[in-house]
Amino acid sequence: MKRAFDIVVVGAGPAGLAGASAAARAGMRVAVIDENPHMGGQIWRAGVGTCHPNYAKVRAIASFKSSGAELYPGYQVVDSIDEGDLVTWIDVKRSLETFGFKRLIIATGARERFLPFPGWTLPGVFGAGGLQALVRTGYNITGKRVVIAGTGPLLLAVAAHLKQAGAQIVSINEQAPMSRLIKFGFALMGHPRKIFQGIGYCTQLAGSPYRTGTWAVEAEGNEKLTGIQLSDGRRTWTEPCDLMACGFHLVPNTELSALLGCRIIDGVVQVDENQQTSIESIYCAGEPTGIAGVDAALLQGEIAGLAASGMAQKAIRLHGRRSSEAEFGRAMSQAFALRPELFSLAKPDTITCRCEDVRFGQLNALAASQADWTYAKLQTRCGMGSCQGRVCGPALEAIFGWRNNSVRSPLFPIPVATMCSESPREKEISIPIP
Amino acid sequence: MTDRNLDAAEVVTITVDGRVISLPSGATVAAALLNAGVPCRVSESGEPRTAFCGMGICFECRAVIDGVPHRRTCQVVCREGMMVETQR
Amino acid sequence: MQPYDVLILGAGIVGSACAYECARAGMRVGVVEPAVPGGAATAVGMGHLVVMDDSPAQLALSRYSRELWRTLRSVLPATVEYEECGTLWIAADSEEMAQALFKKNTYAGNGVMAEILDEATLREVEPTLRPGLAGGLMVPNDGVIYPPAAAAYFLSSAELDGAELLRGKRPVRAAGGEVTFEDSTRLKAGHIVIATGTDNSLCPSLNIQPRKGHLVITDRHPGILRHQLVELGYLKSAHSLTEDSVAFNLQPRKTGQVLIGSSRQYGKLSAGADSTILRKMLDRAVEYVPALRSLQAIRVWTGFRAATPDKLPFIGPTQDASVLVAMGFEGLGITNAPGAARLVLHHLTGEAVPLAPGAYLPDRTVVAEAIHD
Repeated sequence: MKRAFDIVVVGAGPAGLAGASAAARAGMRVAVIDENPHMGGQIWRAGVGTCHPNYAKVRAIASFKSSGAELYPGYQVVDSIDEGDLVTWIDVKRSLETFGFKRLIIATGARERFLPFPGWTLPGVFGAGGLQALVRTGYNITGKRVVIAGTGPLLLAVAAHLKQAGAQIVSINEQAPMSRLIKFGFALMGHPRKIFQGIGYCTQLAGSPYRTGTWAVEAEGNEKLTGIQLSDGRRTWTEPCDLMACGFHLVPNTELSALLGCRIIDGVVQVDENQQTSIESIYCAGEPTGIAGVDAALLQGEIAGLAASGMAQKAIRLHGRRSSEAEFGRAMSQAFALRPELFSLAKPDTITCRCEDVRFGQLNALAASQADWTYAKLQTRCGMGSCQGRVCGPALEAIFGWRNNSVRSPLFPIPVATMCSESPREKEISIPIP
Repeated sequence: MTDRNLDAAEVVTITVDGRVISLPSGATVAAALLNAGVPCRVSESGEPRTAFCGMGICFECRAVIDGVPHRRTCQVVCREGMMVETQR
Repeated sequence: MQPYDVLILGAGIVGSACAYECARAGMRVGVVEPAVPGGAATAVGMGHLVVMDDSPAQLALSRYSRELWRTLRSVLPATVEYEECGTLWIAADSEEMAQALFKKNTYAGNGVMAEILDEATLREVEPTLRPGLAGGLMVPNDGVIYPPAAAAYFLSSAELDGAELLRGKRPVRAAGGEVTFEDSTRLKAGHIVIATGTDNSLCPSLNIQPRKGHLVITDRHPGILRHQLVELGYLKSAHSLTEDSVAFNLQPRKTGQVLIGSSRQYGKLSAGADSTILRKMLDRAVEYVPALRSLQAIRVWTGFRAATPDKLPFIGPTQDASVLVAMGFEGLGITNAPGAARLVLHHLTGEAVPLAPGAYLPDRTVVAEAIHD
């Protein structure tokens, strides 16, 4: 089954929605593909129940809905076989469908960076954005005590949302030192709305300690989490809790861009002033071009949508604000840079590749010899599992400097049947496995 | 003004390792497993694992749904009568 | 600086095995690897240890080499994941059954254990095979390993015996006891062994053609397969010198994952996956094991085998007495690595080897053999 469009947008987060709206209003036939059942991406994740109004989100969604662009939720891009085609997997239908495009806007967003530390694989330990997403999609954490640790503005947002969902926030622990955060505070001066948002979170979280220069050293417990051991460089102590939310800022999702051959430097998709990549028909907007937040994504998305529709001129008025948001993004990365102590938390038996249960000691042993990502992967199987290095990759890059430069299709696992010819006898894949 | 995607009064019932669990309509299978206190799977070295990243990239939340293994439960919305089992 | 006794060019499975043997024999060994050790064909193949009977010389080499693997098994680390799961050759019809019988007799005449299975027994030992097959031939002592770990073991053993790994240096010339590198530096050696896989730029007179293959690996589905499965038609596929072909070839890994192959394509092809031949390959696979359809495929990749006109590798000295080659192993690089290393050692030191070295010499009369059936 193949559908053809003028413009296909991959990702229905802020950048994708802004790009699709702009392109559709410019008269293009636009499709937005997103693997989630609802639009919003990660940062505006839809879910069960209520949440506080987010005006930027409401505006973006309203604009999208009235633009004429078509949304294909639950469609996950897994491959590109011919030029100008994307192959998607629809889990609920258990089938593949192809989308043809003249222009493509990649708005695949970002994922959290995780770093291994003893006990991080215990049930009860979650990614920071991860726990928020799970709560929004039905996980009931009323009354549970949560310790939040890691780095980045996401920690505050997560804390506020979890508290709204009924959790007791034991503490929020930011590894960056106060001095760097103060500098970041000055950078925020150019972005008053972000300050209000920050103040808003702080008001909600009054009563829960927010510490800087503090990080989690170990997650304690046997079959599940009982407490988190924290350190501020001088002393360590344990805080009992039921759940932990940990994350170390964000890394761009560049797998699709890499598969299509876009130029990527230092893990960031390279784009020009029109958000065009090194491939003429492909644009990229939002976090894959550099972690910079929602406002940057909205602007870049709009610019990409206009440029892809042949109206790059109309986007010139947005360039100034885009630069300002990019500055904010750089200030964020500097403020929340990872301290070296975080790279030696893992003990030799700490699992580092969660898919294959490869332990830190196995990887550390290779660090002495001139290893790189490929060699480490071949020798330990790290990165060969289902996640294809999405979790361990950023960790290994941060700790050892090994970058994962390779990408293979399918981008996500799909049944073997989908790569076969259609069987004349059966359409459904339902053969019991012995 | 509230931002509601689904009618939270609706409830969906599924089975998790034989236990009957009810959740609000729109909830994911991963949420069901977490609410039930059941790990999704057992890792290569025998550790119990549950959902971790919440966005479909870590593959820790895999479980068997209606007989099909390796389904990422954080990406699957519960449907009435679904049968979920822990997997290896 | 003392010259090396032997410089081995290439740290894939063959080069590493040669380093292992030479260092153990007391030679001063250098191993040159411009890229990732074991990162080329060694990293992408199936790791099958199989006795192949497509010619007497192949049978002799693969039988001898497989036995060397079986002896090594007790010292190989767990990372090599050595499984003696056997090979089950599948006969789809009575013609292939006759082939199976012929094959069994060939094996039996050469001391290789093999047993004919009728259809009922076949389904019993491998329940996921579709009904209606004619039967099969079980070769119980064939196995499967994880090649990058084996190559690493050979290399580190060689290093313990004094070998040096010279990484990041790319040789551009090998002649007269001297290797010249891309950076214009040179190294002298009593002998040079070229084990550079599909790259014959150092020995261009050798007729080595790349043959592209595809592989698919699934997620873990423990218990679905018990043996390595290969269709008897595999030999026809492996023997075509010009046409694209696919053959049914499945391998269970210790991890519970299933590795699905195989395909062969000629010519200067890109390294990207070819969806048309991939579909043909998978169609063939699910014909034999329908349950494959519902397994999750987590990765697809390609690789290039080094093929020769008579399907036999080139092992031994070239016109230049100081330069030896160990090249052109096609789909048997893993199986034949230890045997090839012993042949190389024989040429270097005279150490006896239970093979007729003449059959593998680079300057043998190369005749493209007809398929025997």
